[in-house]
Amino acid sequence: MNEHQQTLWEFMRQQSDKLLMQTLQHIGLTFISLIIAVVIGLPLGIWITRKKYFSGIVLGTAGVLQTIPSIALLGFMIPLLGIGIKPAIVALLLYALLPIIRNTYTGITGVDVAVKEAALAMGMNKWQILFKVELPLAMPVILAGIRTATVINVGVATLASYIAAGGLGEFIFGGISLNNTNMILAGAIPAALLAILFDFLLSRLQYFNFRKIKTATATLPLLLIILASFYFIPSAYGGKLKAGFTPEFMGRQDGNLGLESKYGLKVHPIVISDAVMYEAAYERQLDVISGYSTDGRLKAYDLIVLDDDKKIFPPYYAAPIVRQDALKRLPELENALNLLSGKITDSIMSDLNYRTDYLHQSPERVAEDFLKSHRLLKPLRNGSNGTVRIGSKIFGEQYILASMYTMLIKGYTDYDVTTKTGLGGTKICFDALNNNQIDLYPEYTGTGLLAILQPPSKAIDSLIADNNKTYNYVASEFGKKYGIKWLKPIGFNNAYALMMREKQAKQLNIKTISDLKRYLESNP
Amino acid sequence: MIRVEQLSKHFGSIKAVDGISFEVGDREKLILLGTSGCGKTTTLKMINRLIEPTSGNVFIDGKNIFDQSPEILRRGIGYVLQNNGLFPHYTVGENIAIVPQLLKWDGKRIEKRVAELMEKLHLSKDQLKAYPNELSGGEQQRVGLARALVADPPVLLMDEPFGALDNVTRSKIHAEFKALDELKRKTIIMVTHDVQEAFELGDRICLMDKGKIVQIGTPADLLFKPVNHFVQSFLKEQRLQLEFKAVRIKDIWGLLPHAKKTGDTGLNADITVWSGLENFKSQQADHLNITHENETRSVGFEQLITAFYKYQNGRAHE
Ligand SMILES: Nc1ncnc2c1ncn2[C@@H]1O[C@H](COP(=O)(O)OP(=O)(O)OP(=O)(O)O)[C@@H](O)[C@H]1O
Ligand SMILES: [Mg+2]
Repeated sequence: MNEHQQTLWEFMRQQSDKLLMQTLQHIGLTFISLIIAVVIGLPLGIWITRKKYFSGIVLGTAGVLQTIPSIALLGFMIPLLGIGIKPAIVALLLYALLPIIRNTYTGITGVDVAVKEAALAMGMNKWQILFKVELPLAMPVILAGIRTATVINVGVATLASYIAAGGLGEFIFGGISLNNTNMILAGAIPAALLAILFDFLLSRLQYFNFRKIKTATATLPLLLIILASFYFIPSAYGGKLKAGFTPEFMGRQDGNLGLESKYGLKVHPIVISDAVMYEAAYERQLDVISGYSTDGRLKAYDLIVLDDDKKIFPPYYAAPIVRQDALKRLPELENALNLLSGKITDSIMSDLNYRTDYLHQSPERVAEDFLKSHRLLKPLRNGSNGTVRIGSKIFGEQYILASMYTMLIKGYTDYDVTTKTGLGGTKICFDALNNNQIDLYPEYTGTGLLAILQPPSKAIDSLIADNNKTYNYVASEFGKKYGIKWLKPIGFNNAYALMMREKQAKQLNIKTISDLKRYLESNP
Repeated sequence: MIRVEQLSKHFGSIKAVDGISFEVGDREKLILLGTSGCGKTTTLKMINRLIEPTSGNVFIDGKNIFDQSPEILRRGIGYVLQNNGLFPHYTVGENIAIVPQLLKWDGKRIEKRVAELMEKLHLSKDQLKAYPNELSGGEQQRVGLARALVADPPVLLMDEPFGALDNVTRSKIHAEFKALDELKRKTIIMVTHDVQEAFELGDRICLMDKGKIVQIGTPADLLFKPVNHFVQSFLKEQRLQLEFKAVRIKDIWGLLPHAKKTGDTGLNADITVWSGLENFKSQQADHLNITHENETRSVGFEQLITAFYKYQNGRAHE
C-alpha cells in the first residue's frame, strides 16, 4: 500500500506540468460554463416567476436536458459546434441550467407576499422590487442552485476530454485505456477534491449571513470570472495541421511517443475520444488522427492510412487468447476457435467493421452473415457440457469476433456460452482473463507485446520489425507468465495508423508519415 | 380629502366590493369595520392601487388617482400592513428609510428623520441596527408605523395595524396612537374587525357587509341610530362598554352638576365617558376636575354615570 502511494505521488510529481494544466483547464471549463449558465438561467428563472404560464415548459425542458447521458450530449454537439471547448461548454452549461433556473424560481416565488406587497405599497417599481427585495431574499436558495450546478459541472467536465476540451478526464480516460492506475488516480483524485472544495466554499457563501449578501453578490461574479479564465492560461494548440489522438495513442511507445522519437514528428495533438475522432476528421475539425487500419470508418469518412515507412507501429495480428485451464476443461474448444483462423483479411475486417460502425448493423447479424457466406454456420446444439466465458473489449470489431466465436462454439461443440462484452480497454479485459472471470477474448499481438508484457525497448525494436517474431514471443511469454495460450491468428492486422482525409492528403501530397513530417517542417 | 365613488371590485363572480361611496374629510380618522371577508382590505388596497378596481373612481385632494403613476401615488400615501411586511434583510433603520431613499433625500436628512420617529414611537436607539426578527411584535408594529410615517404623507392607510397584538399591548399602543402629534394631522383610513378599537380610534365608522356599506357615521350614530338590525346586532355584545366609549364628556356637560371649581384646570372634556371612568380608577380619586370651554367642574363617579344614563334616555326618545 505504502509503495503504491509512493508511486502515485511520483507519477504526479513527474507529470506535474500536465496535472496543473489539466486541473486549471478543468476549473476553467467548470466555471466558464457556470457563468454562462447563470447569465442565462437567472434571468430565465426570474422571467418564469413573472410569466407563470411558461414555468412548466421551461423547467420541463431543462429537466429533460439533464437526463440526456453526457456522452450522448457531447456526441450531438460535434456536427453543430465541432470539437474542443465550444461544445464542451455548451454541454456543461445545459446540465447546469436546471438547478439554477429551478432554484431562482423557487427562491423568488418563496419571498413573503406581505414583504413584496409592502415594497409595492411604498412605491417601488418592479425593478427596485426585484433588486432590493426579491433577489436578496432569494439569494440563499439561488446560491444553493449554483452550488449544485458547480458540483455537477466538475463531474461532467471530466468527459470534456472526449471532445478534446482537456481537463482531468485526459488522465482518467488515458489511464483506463493504458492500464495505468496511477494515471487514473492522478486525474480522479484532483477531480474529486475540486468537487469537494467548491462545494464547501459555496456552502460557506450560502450560509453567510444573508443580510450582508450585498458583498457576497458583488464578489461572486468576480470570483467566477477569475476561475473561468484559468482555462486560457495553458495556451492553446498550434500548428498548420490539427492533430487529434486518442488518450491511449498519446501515451504509447507505438503511438505518439514513437512518432516523436523515431520520426521527430511534433504535431501538438489534442486528446480526443475514439468515439468522435473520425467524425471530427470528416468535419474538418481535425486533419491528422490516430486510428486502426481495419477501422470501418476509414471507408465511411473517406480517410486514408499514411504509410508507416519507419515501422514504428508493431504488427497487430488478432488471435483469440485463452486460459490454458479452460482448454483442458473444454477439450473441443480449441478446434472450434481455430475454425476462424486465416479466414479474415484486412479488407474483410474493414468491411465488417464498416457495417457495424457506420451502417449500424448488429454485430450478431454481421457475424452470422459472414459465417454463412463462408459455410461455417451450423445449427445450434444447445449443449450443456460446460460453459465458455467469452470477453471482448469495447469496440465493434471485438463484438463481431465475440459473436462469431459464440456461434462457432454453440454449433460445433456441446458447450454453452456466456459473454462479457464491452470490457473497456485492454487493462480491464486482460485482468478479467487473468483473474479467471472470462476464458478467452480476441487480442492483438502488438497489444500483448507493448501494453501487457512491456519488455525493455531494445527487445521491442528487434521484435516488431518481424511479424512472426512478435507472435512467437507473445505466445511463449503469455504461456510462461500467465498460463494463457495464443491460438492461431485470425488473419488481419489491425495495426495502429495515422490517417488523413483522402482529399487533403492528395492535395498536400502526403503519402507517408515522413511526408507529413516534411510538410509540417516546411510550413511552420 | 378622499372621495370614493361607486367603487367595485369583482373577483370572477365574487363581488368583493360592490359599488361603495364615501368621503373622508381632512385629518379625519375613518374606520372600515366589518366581518371577515366583507371587503375591507380590498377597499383599502384600491385607494393606493395595489388592486385595480373593476369600476368606480377615487379622488385624493380632488385629483383622480388613476391619472397618476401608481409609484408616485403610493410614495405619497403611508401604508401599514396587516402583518407589518417589514423587509427581513433590512435593519430597523433601513426599513424606516425606504421611502426617503426612493424619494432621494440626502443622507443627513434621512438620518435625522429616522432618529426623530424612533424617539416619537418609543423605539430605543440601540434598535436602529437590529433586524426585524430581533424585535417583539409590538416593536415591529411601531417600525411598520414609522416606515409609513417617515415621508410625512398626508394620507395613511392602515390594515389591522394592531391585529397581531395582545390586549394589554394593544391598549397601550392605542393610547400612544391617539397622543402622537404626527398622526393628528393625517387623514387616516383604518381597517379593523375589532369593534372596541373602532370606537376608540375612529372619528367615523364605516360598517361593511358583503362588499356593501351598511352604515357610515360617528360611533354614537351607530350605537344610538342604527339603520337596521345588522348594525344593532353587530354592536350588541359589547354595547355597554361601547356606549361609554361613544359618548364624550362634553356631550353630557349640561347634565353634570354645576359644582364649580376655580383655580387649576382639569381633564379636557373631549375625552370619552369611558376614559373618564378609567381616570377615577387610575387616580384613585372620588372627584375629578374636568374642564370644558374655560369652565372647570369637580365631578364624582356616581354623578358621571347618572348624567350618562340621562343622556342615553334622552337619545332613545329622540
Ligand atoms: N385575489 C383574490 N382573488 C379572489 N378572491 C379574492 C381575492 N382577494 C380577495 N378575495 C375575496 O374577496 C372578498 C373580500 O376580501 P378582503 O380581503 O377584502 O376581506 P377583508 O374584509 O379584508 O377580510 P379580513 O377581515 O379577513 O381581512 C373575500 O371573499 C375574498 O375571498
Ligand atoms: Mg383584510
